[in-house]
Amino acid sequence: MADTTMTHTSQMETRPAGWRGIAADWASDQRAFKNVSWGKAMMWIFLLSDTFIFGCFLLSYMTARMSTRVPWPNPSEVFALRIGGSEIPLILIAIMTFVLISSSGTMAMAVNFGYRHDRRKTAILMLLTAALGATFVGMQAFEWTKLITEGVRPWGNPWGAAQFGSCFFMITGFHGTHVTIGVIFLIIVARKVWRGDFDIGRPGYFTSRRGRYENVEIMGLYWHFVDLVWVFIFAFFYLW
Amino acid sequence: MAEATANGLGQHALHATHAHDAAAVATTDTHQEHPIKLYLVVWAWLFILSTCSYLVDYFGIHGYLRWSLILIFMMLKAGLIVAVFMHMAWERLAMMYAIILPPILVLVFVTMMVFEADYTLLTRIAFFGPGP
Repeated sequence: MADTTMTHTSQMETRPAGWRGIAADWASDQRAFKNVSWGKAMMWIFLLSDTFIFGCFLLSYMTARMSTRVPWPNPSEVFALRIGGSEIPLILIAIMTFVLISSSGTMAMAVNFGYRHDRRKTAILMLLTAALGATFVGMQAFEWTKLITEGVRPWGNPWGAAQFGSCFFMITGFHGTHVTIGVIFLIIVARKVWRGDFDIGRPGYFTSRRGRYENVEIMGLYWHFVDLVWVFIFAFFYLW
Repeated sequence: MAEATANGLGQHALHATHAHDAAAVATTDTHQEHPIKLYLVVWAWLFILSTCSYLVDYFGIHGYLRWSLILIFMMLKAGLIVAVFMHMAWERLAMMYAIILPPILVLVFVTMMVFEADYTLLTRIAFFGPGP
């Protein structure tokens, strides 16, 4: 038997709620996440560990920025773009933020249509999400190119504290890698949706487990997490 | 037994009838069906909040007002994404606490590194003198 039985909490009024519910759900030899499948629970736990990775990156950035005697380069000026003869601060980063938020919106709707078993709409929305993600990575590549030509290196830059470059390349590079991996997986899952794998419960190539529309939601969890990390990077690295 | 538990939920009965292997598919399919409008509203709010945090920089607000505004907009956006887009608001408390509490403990690490960074800065100033 592949999956352990799930307790459907909505029909079990006997299960206590609140603090008592936490203790009762975690206690004794039983599954802790009553109505969450193993796939979804494992994705959440992976995302939790990824949170710590990004947390450590942002922490090391904070420590570097707080402990340097040299003034930190002003991100508002560093990431400004000259459009129509005037410098607009942070404009590229703002557009990237809107692109990523839009991709999160289309992903949420793809999950919704997935549960309604609307193959066409789910696949199209997922491909749209992937396209927006690829646009984001493209804009990030443009930003990297611009900064590198202006002389930013991991060991120094023309404007101030030397640690700026290493923090920038490490944090945005790792995030961009996450987006790229997400785009690849979005295309793979979209193909499966399009082919109808989740309607017939076709076994996966690697796992040999039956696919279901919940896979779209698990994919969505990863994608929303990428957006979530960007919210923190945007606030702490670009705006602070 | 597994089938009985799964089909007991009304919303599962519908697709269990046309799924090829009803037991295997329905057992672990936890439904999250909400109106599309909800996602569009949240999407709109994320746009508004992002615009607000961008305007903080555009208008050049500085000092504590800047930092608190950035943090407020950041937390609101993160909350909306986790609660609605990632469906955390509809999970049981045991799940919410298992995922949301551990990252909050990172704040302990932050406090430690704030002290460490202050100390490093102090020794750098004592050794090299104030910044260039």
